[in-house]
Amino acid sequence: MCSYIVEKARVSGSAKGPSGWMRIDTANVYFDHPYHAPLDHALGIDFVCEADGARERVAVEISAHSARELVKSIMAALASGEQAHAQAAE
Amino acid sequence: MSYPSLLAETVSFRGHNGDQGEAYLARPTRPGKFPGIVVIHHMPGWDEWITEVVRKFAHHGFAAASPHLYFRDGPGNPDDIGARVRAAGGVPDDQVVGDVAGAMAFLRAQQNHNGKIGVIGFCSGGRHAYLCGCRIADLDAVVDCWGGNVVVDDKSQLNAKRPVAPIDLSEQLRAPLLGIFGNDDQNPNADQVNRTEATLKRLGKTYEFHRYDGAGHAFFNTSRSAYRPEQAADGWEKVFAFLRKQLAA
Repeated sequence: MCSYIVEKARVSGSAKGPSGWMRIDTANVYFDHPYHAPLDHALGIDFVCEADGARERVAVEISAHSARELVKSIMAALASGEQAHAQAAE
Repeated sequence: MSYPSLLAETVSFRGHNGDQGEAYLARPTRPGKFPGIVVIHHMPGWDEWITEVVRKFAHHGFAAASPHLYFRDGPGNPDDIGARVRAAGGVPDDQVVGDVAGAMAFLRAQQNHNGKIGVIGFCSGGRHAYLCGCRIADLDAVVDCWGGNVVVDDKSQLNAKRPVAPIDLSEQLRAPLLGIFGNDDQNPNADQVNRTEATLKRLGKTYEFHRYDGAGHAFFNTSRSAYRPEQAADGWEKVFAFLRKQLAA
């Protein structure tokens, strides 16, 4: 189905878009028909800067399975990275 | 076997409120008069598959136009524009109806138009096709391909952009309607399709519904794993037979 459901996450950082690096403040997250990926439904994330008008985006469309794997990888990277940096600071 | 020649191009048209936008147009190049068909894209936007559908109609003897319903949010690539529209919650129903009416006017103004015009939409575009059938008086045929949210069970989904469930406008439907549905679809699910048919029957409307086993949502779409070649081939035959009958001069 086509849905209009979008989860908005406030983020802080940068992303590399069609014109190079840009600051971002929002990730629009949705699960719907993709534009490009050959999937019936895909987890889409559009990184944009709403403060700058959100005219450019950095986009991904990935399968539900790979999205869940990505979540695990993000959490694992944060945990190991934060632990490593904490030890280095001691 | 013949391979009819066609011309495909992007054209300018006047949409809702007279706003100037773009539409993808394809038409046969042979002499003669041809019916018009407005092709409504789905939520992600004006994509490659919808242009293939437009050319398919031209191949089968129709002048087909797909208005870019998100042109006001450009410029940019259609996928990026579609992402902006999604983040803003979609486009208003009134605007879509105005844009479809504008695309119809464009087709009617062509010298080789035969005087008849229909509308077809897929997914959210199927809902838009049903809506246009109820709100545009001079349509001659409507094809709803698995339009979700024609029936709205959760009224909290209605909002300023989509204030009315299309099913509640069914009494205003004048043109014959063809519905194509996959029985494994979840939106619309089989119960919602049955209720839509019951409404049309109760109101005495001219319609035909075709339901396909082993098919879910978007089973015409060759670029998705949802594609079901046998069901899609039969579905396209139903679409062309219906439109040739309803849009004959």
